[in-house]
Amino acid sequence: MKEKDNLSVNIAKDKIFLAFVIIFSILSIVPLILILYYIFIRGLPVINWSFLTTISPSPQGEIEIAQEGLRVGGVANAIVGTLLIVLVGALIAIPFGIAVGIFLAEHKNSKIANITRVAVDMIQGIPSIIFGIVVSLWIVRTTKTFSGISGSVALALMMLPLVIKSTEETIKLIPNSIKEAGLALGTPYYRVVMRLIIPSGISGIVTGILMGVARIMGETAPLLFTSFGSRFLNTNLFKPMEALPTLIYKNSMSPNTNLIVNSWGASAILVIFVLVLNILTKMVVNKWKVKF
Amino acid sequence: MEGKVLEISNLNAYYAGGLAVLKNVTMNFSAKKVTAVMGPSGCGKSTLIRCLNRMHEMNSGARTEGLIKLLGEDIYLINPIMLRRKIGMVFQRPNPFPTMSIYNNVIAGFKLNSIKKSKVELDRIVEDSLRSAALWEEVKDKLHKKGTFLSGGQQQRLCIARALAMNPDVLLLDEPTSALDPKSTMHIEELIVELKKEVAIILVTHNIAQAGRVSDYTAFLYLGELVEFGTTEKLFTVPEDKRTEEYLTGKFG
Repeated sequence: MKEKDNLSVNIAKDKIFLAFVIIFSILSIVPLILILYYIFIRGLPVINWSFLTTISPSPQGEIEIAQEGLRVGGVANAIVGTLLIVLVGALIAIPFGIAVGIFLAEHKNSKIANITRVAVDMIQGIPSIIFGIVVSLWIVRTTKTFSGISGSVALALMMLPLVIKSTEETIKLIPNSIKEAGLALGTPYYRVVMRLIIPSGISGIVTGILMGVARIMGETAPLLFTSFGSRFLNTNLFKPMEALPTLIYKNSMSPNTNLIVNSWGASAILVIFVLVLNILTKMVVNKWKVKF
Repeated sequence: MEGKVLEISNLNAYYAGGLAVLKNVTMNFSAKKVTAVMGPSGCGKSTLIRCLNRMHEMNSGARTEGLIKLLGEDIYLINPIMLRRKIGMVFQRPNPFPTMSIYNNVIAGFKLNSIKKSKVELDRIVEDSLRSAALWEEVKDKLHKKGTFLSGGQQQRLCIARALAMNPDVLLLDEPTSALDPKSTMHIEELIVELKKEVAIILVTHNIAQAGRVSDYTAFLYLGELVEFGTTEKLFTVPEDKRTEEYLTGKFG
Protein backbone atom coordinates (compact mmCIF):
# COMPACT_ATOMS: atom_id res chain seq x y z
CA MET A 1 0.00 0.00 0.00
CA LYS A 2 2.75 2.40 1.00
CA GLU A 3 4.73 1.60 -2.10
CA LYS A 4 1.79 2.43 -4.30
CA ASP A 5 1.42 5.82 -2.63
CA ASN A 6 5.05 6.59 -3.22
CA LEU A 7 4.62 5.74 -6.83
CA SER A 8 1.70 8.08 -7.35
CA VAL A 9 3.59 10.85 -5.55
CA ASN A 10 6.58 10.27 -7.78
CA ILE A 11 4.45 10.31 -10.89
CA ALA A 12 2.93 13.60 -9.76
CA LYS A 13 6.41 15.03 -9.07
CA ASP A 14 7.48 13.88 -12.48
CA LYS A 15 4.64 15.80 -14.09
CA ILE A 16 5.39 18.94 -12.08
CA PHE A 17 9.04 18.67 -13.04
CA LEU A 18 8.15 18.32 -16.70
CA ALA A 19 5.79 21.27 -16.47
CA PHE A 20 8.56 23.43 -15.01
CA VAL A 21 10.99 22.42 -17.70
CA ILE A 22 8.49 23.30 -20.41
CA ILE A 23 7.48 26.58 -18.80
CA PHE A 24 11.07 27.75 -18.39
CA SER A 25 11.95 26.73 -21.93
CA ILE A 26 9.07 28.82 -23.21
CA LEU A 27 9.96 31.71 -20.93
CA SER A 28 13.49 31.76 -22.29
CA ILE A 29 12.15 32.37 -25.78
CA VAL A 30 10.01 35.31 -24.66
CA PRO A 31 12.79 37.93 -24.48
CA LEU A 32 14.00 36.98 -27.96
CA ILE A 33 10.49 37.30 -29.36
CA LEU A 34 9.96 40.65 -27.62
CA ILE A 35 13.26 42.02 -28.90
CA LEU A 36 12.58 40.89 -32.44
CA TYR A 37 9.01 42.20 -32.21
CA TYR A 38 10.00 45.71 -31.17
CA ILE A 39 12.88 45.98 -33.55
CA PHE A 40 10.97 44.70 -36.53
CA ILE A 41 7.81 46.70 -35.76
CA ARG A 42 9.82 49.92 -35.64
CA GLY A 43 12.68 49.04 -37.96
CA LEU A 44 11.22 47.12 -40.88
CA PRO A 45 8.86 49.89 -42.11
CA VAL A 46 11.89 52.18 -42.45
CA ILE A 47 13.84 49.80 -44.62
CA ASN A 48 13.57 50.28 -48.36
CA TRP A 49 15.98 50.62 -51.25
CA SER A 50 16.91 54.21 -50.51
CA PHE A 51 17.52 53.33 -46.84
CA LEU A 52 20.10 50.80 -47.99
CA THR A 53 21.76 53.11 -50.50
CA THR A 54 21.89 56.56 -48.90
CA ILE A 55 23.73 57.86 -45.87
CA SER A 56 22.57 59.29 -42.53
CA PRO A 57 20.51 62.48 -42.81
CA SER A 58 21.35 65.73 -41.13
CA PRO A 59 19.46 66.14 -37.86
CA GLN A 60 15.95 67.61 -38.15
CA GLY A 61 14.14 69.54 -35.44
CA GLU A 62 10.35 69.46 -34.97
CA ILE A 63 9.86 72.48 -37.19
CA GLU A 64 11.92 71.10 -40.03
CA ILE A 65 10.05 67.82 -39.83
CA ALA A 66 6.77 69.72 -40.01
CA GLN A 67 8.02 71.69 -43.00
CA GLU A 68 9.96 69.09 -44.98
CA GLY A 69 8.57 65.81 -43.72
CA LEU A 70 10.63 63.21 -41.90
CA ARG A 71 13.97 62.59 -43.60
CA VAL A 72 15.12 59.18 -42.38
CA GLY A 73 18.03 58.95 -44.79
CA GLY A 74 19.87 55.65 -44.94
CA VAL A 75 22.67 53.58 -43.52
CA ALA A 76 24.69 52.69 -46.62
CA ASN A 77 27.87 54.00 -44.99
CA ALA A 78 27.33 51.81 -41.92
CA ILE A 79 26.49 48.67 -43.91
CA VAL A 80 29.55 49.08 -46.11
CA GLY A 81 31.67 49.86 -43.06
CA THR A 82 30.41 46.90 -41.03
CA LEU A 83 30.93 44.51 -43.92
CA LEU A 84 34.45 45.79 -44.63
CA ILE A 85 35.58 45.97 -41.00
CA VAL A 86 34.17 42.54 -40.19
CA LEU A 87 35.53 41.02 -43.41
CA VAL A 88 39.05 42.26 -42.76
CA GLY A 89 38.79 41.33 -39.07
CA ALA A 90 37.71 37.81 -40.02
CA LEU A 91 40.51 37.56 -42.59
CA ILE A 92 42.98 38.36 -39.82
CA ALA A 93 41.41 36.06 -37.23
CA ILE A 94 40.70 33.00 -39.42
CA PRO A 95 44.23 31.93 -40.46
CA PHE A 96 45.59 32.84 -37.04
CA GLY A 97 42.80 31.03 -35.21
CA ILE A 98 42.92 27.89 -37.34
CA ALA A 99 46.71 27.68 -37.03
CA VAL A 100 46.61 28.05 -33.25
CA GLY A 101 43.68 25.62 -32.99
CA ILE A 102 45.58 22.99 -34.98
CA PHE A 103 48.65 23.51 -32.83
CA LEU A 104 46.67 23.11 -29.61
CA ALA A 105 44.97 19.94 -30.86
CA GLU A 106 48.15 18.39 -32.23
CA HIS A 107 50.38 19.18 -29.25
CA LYS A 108 47.86 18.72 -26.49
CA ASN A 109 50.28 18.46 -23.61
CA SER A 110 53.19 20.64 -24.61
CA LYS A 111 54.03 23.52 -22.31
CA ILE A 112 53.46 26.17 -24.96
CA ALA A 113 50.05 24.68 -25.70
CA ASN A 114 49.01 24.86 -22.07
CA ILE A 115 50.14 28.47 -21.75
CA THR A 116 48.40 29.33 -25.02
CA ARG A 117 45.19 27.71 -23.83
CA VAL A 118 45.17 29.79 -20.66
CA ALA A 119 45.89 32.91 -22.69
CA VAL A 120 43.02 32.16 -25.07
CA ASP A 121 40.63 31.68 -22.17
CA MET A 122 41.74 34.99 -20.71
CA ILE A 123 41.28 36.83 -24.00
CA GLN A 124 37.76 35.45 -24.11
CA GLY A 125 37.05 36.92 -20.70
CA ILE A 126 38.35 40.41 -21.41
CA PRO A 127 35.59 43.04 -21.70
CA SER A 128 35.22 44.18 -25.27
CA ILE A 129 35.92 47.83 -24.55
CA ILE A 130 39.43 46.92 -23.44
CA PHE A 131 40.18 45.68 -26.95
CA GLY A 132 39.08 49.05 -28.24
CA ILE A 133 41.37 50.89 -25.86
CA VAL A 134 44.37 48.62 -26.45
CA VAL A 135 44.11 48.67 -30.22
CA SER A 136 43.54 52.38 -30.07
CA LEU A 137 46.84 52.70 -28.24
CA TRP A 138 48.60 50.43 -30.72
CA ILE A 139 47.26 51.70 -34.01
CA VAL A 140 45.24 54.88 -33.64
CA ARG A 141 47.97 56.52 -31.53
CA THR A 142 50.75 55.51 -33.92
CA THR A 143 48.93 56.38 -37.14
CA LYS A 144 47.35 59.47 -35.54
CA THR A 145 43.98 58.73 -37.13
CA PHE A 146 40.94 56.62 -36.40
CA SER A 147 40.66 53.94 -39.06
CA GLY A 148 38.53 51.03 -40.20
CA ILE A 149 41.55 48.76 -40.08
CA SER A 150 42.13 49.44 -36.39
CA GLY A 151 38.49 48.43 -35.80
CA SER A 152 39.19 45.23 -37.76
CA VAL A 153 42.15 44.45 -35.54
CA ALA A 154 40.11 44.97 -32.36
CA LEU A 155 37.31 42.74 -33.68
CA ALA A 156 39.83 40.13 -34.87
CA LEU A 157 41.17 39.89 -31.32
CA MET A 158 37.64 39.31 -30.08
CA MET A 159 36.93 36.68 -32.71
CA LEU A 160 40.19 34.82 -32.24
CA PRO A 161 39.27 32.73 -29.17
CA LEU A 162 36.08 31.46 -30.83
CA VAL A 163 37.92 30.29 -33.94
CA ILE A 164 40.75 28.77 -31.89
CA LYS A 165 38.44 26.87 -29.57
CA SER A 166 36.15 25.50 -32.25
CA THR A 167 39.11 24.45 -34.41
CA GLU A 168 40.83 22.76 -31.48
CA GLU A 169 37.71 20.91 -30.37
CA THR A 170 36.88 19.80 -33.91
CA ILE A 171 40.35 18.54 -34.69
CA LYS A 172 40.60 16.67 -31.41
CA LEU A 173 37.59 14.63 -32.53
CA ILE A 174 39.15 13.57 -35.83
CA PRO A 175 40.44 10.01 -35.39
CA ASN A 176 44.20 9.70 -35.33
CA SER A 177 43.85 6.88 -37.87
CA ILE A 178 43.01 9.41 -40.60
CA LYS A 179 46.26 11.22 -39.96
CA GLU A 180 48.24 7.98 -39.85
CA ALA A 181 46.69 6.79 -43.10
CA GLY A 182 47.80 10.00 -44.77
CA LEU A 183 51.32 9.83 -43.40
CA ALA A 184 51.64 6.16 -44.33
CA LEU A 185 50.90 7.08 -47.96
CA GLY A 186 54.02 9.23 -47.97
CA THR A 187 52.26 12.54 -47.48
CA PRO A 188 54.21 15.33 -45.78
CA TYR A 189 52.74 16.49 -42.49
CA TYR A 190 51.66 19.92 -43.75
CA ARG A 191 49.69 18.33 -46.57
CA VAL A 192 48.07 15.92 -44.12
CA VAL A 193 46.93 18.96 -42.15
CA MET A 194 45.80 20.99 -45.15
CA ARG A 195 44.20 18.24 -47.21
CA LEU A 196 42.95 15.73 -44.64
CA ILE A 197 42.58 17.24 -41.20
CA ILE A 198 41.10 20.60 -42.14
CA PRO A 199 38.63 19.17 -44.70
CA SER A 200 37.55 16.52 -42.19
CA GLY A 201 36.87 19.18 -39.59
CA ILE A 202 35.51 21.81 -41.95
CA SER A 203 32.02 21.87 -40.46
CA GLY A 204 33.28 22.64 -36.97
CA ILE A 205 35.82 25.16 -38.19
CA VAL A 206 33.33 27.02 -40.37
CA THR A 207 30.81 26.96 -37.53
CA GLY A 208 33.35 28.63 -35.27
CA ILE A 209 34.08 31.24 -37.92
CA LEU A 210 30.41 32.06 -38.49
CA MET A 211 29.75 32.24 -34.76
CA GLY A 212 32.74 34.52 -34.41
CA VAL A 213 31.54 36.77 -37.23
CA ALA A 214 28.06 36.92 -35.72
CA ARG A 215 29.64 37.83 -32.40
CA ILE A 216 31.82 40.68 -33.66
CA MET A 217 29.30 42.09 -36.10
CA GLY A 218 27.26 43.60 -33.30
CA GLU A 219 30.15 44.83 -31.18
CA THR A 220 30.11 48.54 -30.45
CA ALA A 221 32.68 49.12 -27.75
CA PRO A 222 35.80 47.97 -29.62
CA LEU A 223 34.92 50.27 -32.51
CA LEU A 224 34.33 53.45 -30.48
CA PHE A 225 38.03 54.21 -30.12
CA THR A 226 39.19 52.61 -33.35
CA SER A 227 37.04 52.96 -36.46
CA PHE A 228 35.15 55.72 -34.63
CA GLY A 229 32.50 56.37 -37.27
CA SER A 230 31.99 58.64 -40.21
CA ARG A 231 28.95 60.37 -41.61
CA PHE A 232 30.14 59.68 -45.13
CA LEU A 233 30.28 56.58 -47.28
CA ASN A 234 33.90 55.53 -47.03
CA THR A 235 35.61 52.45 -48.39
CA ASN A 236 39.11 53.44 -47.35
CA LEU A 237 40.09 51.24 -44.41
CA PHE A 238 42.71 53.73 -43.33
CA LYS A 239 40.13 56.42 -42.66
CA PRO A 240 37.47 56.57 -39.94
CA MET A 241 34.58 54.35 -40.88
CA GLU A 242 30.97 53.99 -39.77
CA ALA A 243 29.63 50.62 -38.68
CA LEU A 244 26.05 49.61 -37.86
CA PRO A 245 26.58 49.35 -34.07
CA THR A 246 28.35 52.71 -33.81
CA LEU A 247 25.69 54.33 -35.97
CA ILE A 248 22.94 52.90 -33.77
CA TYR A 249 24.80 54.02 -30.66
CA LYS A 250 25.10 57.60 -31.86
CA ASN A 251 21.78 58.07 -33.63
CA SER A 252 19.66 56.43 -30.97
CA MET A 253 21.01 58.87 -28.36
CA SER A 254 20.32 61.90 -30.50
CA PRO A 255 17.36 64.13 -29.62
CA ASN A 256 16.32 64.24 -33.27
CA THR A 257 13.38 62.05 -34.22
CA ASN A 258 14.65 61.38 -37.74
CA LEU A 259 17.96 60.02 -36.44
CA ILE A 260 16.19 57.81 -33.89
CA VAL A 261 14.00 56.35 -36.61
CA ASN A 262 17.13 55.86 -38.69
CA SER A 263 18.74 53.87 -35.87
CA TRP A 264 15.65 51.60 -35.56
CA GLY A 265 16.06 50.69 -39.20
CA ALA A 266 19.79 50.10 -38.66
CA SER A 267 19.01 47.86 -35.67
CA ALA A 268 16.65 45.78 -37.76
CA ILE A 269 19.32 45.33 -40.43
CA LEU A 270 21.95 44.36 -37.86
CA VAL A 271 19.60 41.84 -36.25
CA ILE A 272 18.78 40.36 -39.65
CA PHE A 273 22.50 39.98 -40.42
CA VAL A 274 23.11 38.19 -37.14
CA LEU A 275 20.03 35.97 -37.51
CA VAL A 276 21.06 34.96 -41.02
CA LEU A 277 24.54 34.10 -39.75
CA ASN A 278 23.09 31.96 -36.99
CA ILE A 279 20.83 30.11 -39.39
CA LEU A 280 23.76 29.60 -41.76
CA THR A 281 25.76 28.16 -38.87
CA LYS A 282 23.07 25.59 -38.18
CA MET A 283 22.91 24.67 -41.84
CA VAL A 284 26.67 24.25 -42.10
CA VAL A 285 26.75 21.97 -39.06
CA ASN A 286 24.14 19.68 -40.59
CA LYS A 287 25.28 19.78 -44.16
CA TRP A 288 29.08 19.60 -43.95
CA LYS A 289 29.33 17.19 -41.07
CA VAL A 290 31.87 14.50 -41.94
CA LYS A 291 31.06 11.02 -40.71
CA PHE A 292 33.99 8.83 -39.68
CA MET B 1 70.59 -11.91 -50.86
CA GLU B 2 68.38 -12.99 -53.72
CA GLY B 3 64.69 -12.29 -53.08
CA LYS B 4 65.21 -10.33 -49.89
CA VAL B 5 63.15 -7.15 -49.80
CA LEU B 6 63.80 -6.02 -46.30
CA GLU B 7 66.68 -6.87 -44.03
CA ILE B 8 66.61 -5.98 -40.38
CA SER B 9 69.72 -6.29 -38.29
CA ASN B 10 70.03 -5.70 -34.55
CA LEU B 11 66.95 -3.53 -34.38
CA ASN B 12 66.13 -1.97 -31.02
CA ALA B 13 63.12 0.29 -30.63
CA TYR B 14 62.27 2.52 -27.70
CA TYR B 15 59.36 4.66 -26.65
CA ALA B 16 59.53 7.87 -24.65
CA GLY B 17 61.30 7.32 -21.36
CA GLY B 18 63.63 4.70 -22.80
CA LEU B 19 61.13 1.85 -22.62
CA ALA B 20 62.51 -0.83 -24.94
CA VAL B 21 59.86 -2.59 -27.03
CA LEU B 22 62.10 -4.38 -29.50
CA LYS B 23 65.32 -6.03 -28.46
CA ASN B 24 67.98 -6.89 -30.96
CA VAL B 25 65.70 -8.17 -33.69
CA THR B 26 67.40 -9.54 -36.79
CA MET B 27 65.37 -10.99 -39.64
CA ASN B 28 64.78 -10.78 -43.39
CA PHE B 29 61.62 -10.51 -45.42
CA SER B 30 61.36 -12.22 -48.80
CA ALA B 31 59.87 -10.88 -52.00
CA LYS B 32 56.61 -12.40 -53.19
CA LYS B 33 56.03 -14.11 -49.87
CA VAL B 34 53.73 -13.52 -46.94
CA THR B 35 55.55 -13.20 -43.65
CA ALA B 36 53.40 -13.33 -40.54
CA VAL B 37 54.52 -11.65 -37.35
CA MET B 38 52.65 -13.08 -34.41
CA GLY B 39 52.80 -12.85 -30.67
CA PRO B 40 50.74 -11.83 -27.67
CA SER B 41 49.53 -8.24 -27.16
CA GLY B 42 52.33 -5.85 -26.32
CA CYS B 43 55.08 -8.05 -27.73
CA GLY B 44 56.18 -5.32 -30.14
CA LYS B 45 54.84 -6.74 -33.37
CA SER B 46 53.09 -3.53 -34.41
CA THR B 47 56.14 -1.53 -33.40
CA LEU B 48 58.27 -3.79 -35.59
CA ILE B 49 56.35 -3.01 -38.76
CA ARG B 50 55.96 0.64 -37.80
CA CYS B 51 59.76 0.81 -37.72
CA LEU B 52 59.84 -0.47 -41.28
CA ASN B 53 58.02 2.55 -42.73
CA ARG B 54 59.38 4.87 -40.06
CA MET B 55 55.97 5.57 -38.58
CA HIS B 56 57.42 4.62 -35.21
CA GLU B 57 59.34 7.89 -35.09
CA MET B 58 56.09 9.84 -35.28
CA ASN B 59 55.48 9.11 -31.59
CA SER B 60 57.19 11.77 -29.56
CA GLY B 61 60.25 10.46 -27.78
CA ALA B 62 60.34 7.25 -29.81
CA ARG B 63 63.63 6.15 -31.36
CA THR B 64 65.29 3.16 -32.96
CA GLU B 65 68.76 1.64 -33.20
CA GLY B 66 70.04 -0.84 -35.73
CA LEU B 67 69.94 -1.21 -39.46
CA ILE B 68 67.02 -1.73 -41.81
CA LYS B 69 67.59 -2.07 -45.53
CA LEU B 70 64.97 -1.86 -48.25
CA LEU B 71 66.29 -3.58 -51.38
CA GLY B 72 69.80 -3.02 -50.08
CA GLU B 73 69.30 0.65 -49.22
CA ASP B 74 69.45 1.92 -45.64
CA ILE B 75 65.93 3.21 -44.91
CA TYR B 76 67.24 5.84 -42.52
CA LEU B 77 69.00 7.44 -45.48
CA ILE B 78 65.78 7.56 -47.48
CA ASN B 79 63.40 10.46 -46.85
CA PRO B 80 60.49 9.00 -44.82
CA ILE B 81 58.05 10.48 -47.30
CA MET B 82 59.63 8.56 -50.19
CA LEU B 83 60.06 5.47 -48.04
CA ARG B 84 56.37 5.37 -47.18
CA ARG B 85 55.47 5.46 -50.85
CA LYS B 86 57.53 2.31 -51.34
CA ILE B 87 56.20 0.57 -48.24
CA GLY B 88 52.41 0.65 -48.06
CA MET B 89 50.53 0.17 -44.83
CA VAL B 90 47.05 -0.99 -43.87
CA PHE B 91 45.84 -0.45 -40.32
CA GLN B 92 43.81 -2.36 -37.75
CA ARG B 93 40.67 -0.35 -38.28
CA PRO B 94 39.59 0.49 -41.81
CA ASN B 95 40.38 4.19 -42.25
CA PRO B 96 39.23 5.42 -45.66
CA PHE B 97 39.37 9.19 -45.92
CA PRO B 98 35.87 10.35 -44.94
CA THR B 99 35.88 13.39 -47.21
CA MET B 100 36.77 11.47 -50.35
CA SER B 101 34.91 9.30 -52.84
CA ILE B 102 35.95 5.69 -53.43
CA TYR B 103 37.76 6.81 -56.58
CA ASN B 104 39.67 9.56 -54.79
CA ASN B 105 40.46 7.30 -51.86
CA VAL B 106 42.27 4.90 -54.18
CA ILE B 107 44.35 7.63 -55.75
CA ALA B 108 44.72 9.55 -52.47
CA GLY B 109 48.47 8.95 -52.49
CA PHE B 110 48.73 10.94 -55.72
CA LYS B 111 46.04 13.48 -54.90
CA LEU B 112 47.41 14.37 -51.48
CA ASN B 113 50.85 14.86 -52.90
CA SER B 114 49.71 16.68 -56.03
CA ILE B 115 51.40 14.11 -58.25
CA LYS B 116 49.96 14.89 -61.67
CA LYS B 117 48.62 12.04 -63.73
CA SER B 118 46.32 12.01 -66.74
CA LYS B 119 42.68 11.05 -66.27
CA VAL B 120 43.20 7.91 -68.34
CA GLU B 121 46.13 6.87 -66.21
CA LEU B 122 44.25 7.55 -62.98
CA ASP B 123 41.26 5.56 -64.24
CA ARG B 124 43.61 2.67 -64.99
CA ILE B 125 45.28 2.87 -61.57
CA VAL B 126 41.90 2.94 -59.82
CA GLU B 127 40.60 -0.06 -61.75
CA ASP B 128 43.81 -2.08 -61.39
CA SER B 129 44.13 -1.35 -57.68
CA LEU B 130 40.50 -2.14 -56.96
CA ARG B 131 40.75 -5.34 -59.00
CA SER B 132 43.88 -6.33 -57.09
CA ALA B 133 42.02 -5.65 -53.85
CA ALA B 134 39.08 -7.77 -55.10
CA LEU B 135 36.74 -4.83 -54.71
CA TRP B 136 36.22 -3.70 -58.31
CA GLU B 137 33.11 -5.73 -59.06
CA GLU B 138 31.37 -4.48 -55.93
CA VAL B 139 32.07 -0.79 -56.36
CA LYS B 140 32.56 -0.17 -60.08
CA ASP B 141 29.12 1.49 -60.35
CA LYS B 142 29.55 3.76 -57.35
CA LEU B 143 33.12 4.96 -57.64
CA HIS B 144 32.12 8.52 -56.90
CA LYS B 145 30.27 7.76 -53.70
CA LYS B 146 31.90 8.27 -50.33
CA GLY B 147 34.16 5.42 -49.22
CA THR B 148 32.68 5.49 -45.73
CA PHE B 149 29.36 4.08 -47.01
CA LEU B 150 30.99 0.70 -47.63
CA SER B 151 30.88 -2.19 -45.16
CA GLY B 152 33.82 -2.69 -42.81
CA GLY B 153 35.35 -5.43 -44.93
CA GLN B 154 34.92 -3.43 -48.12
CA GLN B 155 36.45 -0.39 -46.44
CA GLN B 156 39.47 -2.45 -45.46
CA ARG B 157 39.87 -3.70 -49.04
CA LEU B 158 39.55 -0.08 -50.18
CA CYS B 159 42.43 0.75 -47.83
CA ILE B 160 44.43 -2.09 -49.37
CA ALA B 161 43.65 -0.74 -52.84
CA ARG B 162 44.77 2.70 -51.68
CA ALA B 163 48.10 1.26 -50.55
CA LEU B 164 48.49 -0.79 -53.75
CA ALA B 165 47.85 2.23 -55.97
CA MET B 166 51.27 3.59 -55.00
CA ASN B 167 52.79 0.38 -56.40
CA PRO B 168 54.79 -0.37 -53.25
CA ASP B 169 57.57 -2.94 -52.86
CA VAL B 170 56.21 -4.06 -49.51
CA LEU B 171 52.74 -4.06 -47.99
CA LEU B 172 52.48 -3.89 -44.22
CA LEU B 173 49.23 -5.21 -42.76
CA ASP B 174 48.75 -4.37 -39.09
CA GLU B 175 46.13 -6.84 -37.86
CA PRO B 176 43.97 -6.01 -40.87
CA THR B 177 41.12 -8.29 -39.89
CA SER B 178 40.89 -7.67 -36.16
CA ALA B 179 37.94 -5.31 -36.59
CA LEU B 180 36.15 -7.46 -39.17
CA ASP B 181 33.57 -10.26 -39.13
CA PRO B 182 34.56 -13.82 -40.14
CA LYS B 183 33.30 -13.54 -43.70
CA SER B 184 35.17 -10.30 -44.39
CA THR B 185 38.20 -11.83 -42.71
CA MET B 186 38.06 -14.74 -45.14
CA HIS B 187 37.90 -12.33 -48.10
CA ILE B 188 40.94 -10.45 -46.85
CA GLU B 189 42.89 -13.67 -46.24
CA GLU B 190 42.16 -14.91 -49.76
CA LEU B 191 43.23 -11.54 -51.02
CA ILE B 192 46.53 -11.70 -49.12
CA VAL B 193 47.41 -15.02 -50.74
CA GLU B 194 46.51 -13.56 -54.13
CA LEU B 195 48.50 -10.36 -53.59
CA LYS B 196 51.80 -11.98 -52.74
CA LYS B 197 52.32 -12.54 -56.46
CA GLU B 198 52.83 -8.80 -56.79
CA VAL B 199 54.19 -7.53 -53.52
CA ALA B 200 55.96 -8.73 -50.39
CA ILE B 201 53.47 -8.85 -47.53
CA ILE B 202 54.20 -8.52 -43.86
CA LEU B 203 51.18 -9.46 -41.80
CA VAL B 204 50.95 -8.69 -38.13
CA THR B 205 48.39 -10.84 -36.42
CA HIS B 206 47.51 -12.12 -32.98
CA ASN B 207 45.47 -14.83 -34.60
CA ILE B 208 47.63 -17.96 -34.74
CA ALA B 209 45.28 -19.74 -37.14
CA GLN B 210 45.43 -16.82 -39.54
CA ALA B 211 49.22 -16.90 -39.58
CA GLY B 212 49.03 -20.62 -40.29
CA ARG B 213 46.52 -20.18 -43.11
CA VAL B 214 48.09 -17.43 -45.17
CA SER B 215 51.78 -17.07 -44.47
CA ASP B 216 54.89 -18.63 -45.97
CA TYR B 217 57.15 -17.50 -43.14
CA THR B 218 56.26 -16.83 -39.55
CA ALA B 219 58.05 -14.86 -36.90
CA PHE B 220 57.15 -15.24 -33.25
CA LEU B 221 57.82 -12.22 -31.07
CA TYR B 222 57.63 -12.34 -27.32
CA LEU B 223 58.36 -9.44 -24.97
CA GLY B 224 60.19 -7.59 -27.74
CA GLU B 225 62.42 -10.52 -28.60
CA LEU B 226 62.35 -12.48 -31.83
CA VAL B 227 61.93 -15.94 -30.35
CA GLU B 228 61.71 -17.89 -33.55
CA PHE B 229 61.59 -17.22 -37.26
CA GLY B 230 61.24 -19.76 -40.05
CA THR B 231 58.94 -21.23 -42.63
CA THR B 232 55.40 -21.37 -41.35
CA GLU B 233 55.30 -25.10 -41.94
CA LYS B 234 58.32 -25.72 -39.77
CA LEU B 235 57.40 -23.26 -37.05
CA PHE B 236 53.93 -24.70 -36.70
CA THR B 237 54.96 -28.37 -36.80
CA VAL B 238 58.36 -28.58 -35.16
CA PRO B 239 58.99 -25.35 -33.25
CA GLU B 240 62.52 -25.11 -31.92
CA ASP B 241 61.81 -22.89 -28.95
CA LYS B 242 59.75 -24.05 -26.01
CA ARG B 243 58.00 -20.66 -25.80
CA THR B 244 56.84 -20.95 -29.41
CA GLU B 245 55.37 -24.32 -28.71
CA GLU B 246 53.62 -23.06 -25.59
CA TYR B 247 52.23 -20.07 -27.48
CA LEU B 248 50.99 -22.22 -30.34
CA THR B 249 49.30 -24.64 -28.00
CA GLY B 250 47.63 -21.82 -26.15
CA LYS B 251 49.52 -22.02 -22.87
CA PHE B 252 49.83 -18.23 -22.90
CA GLY B 253 48.79 -15.49 -25.25
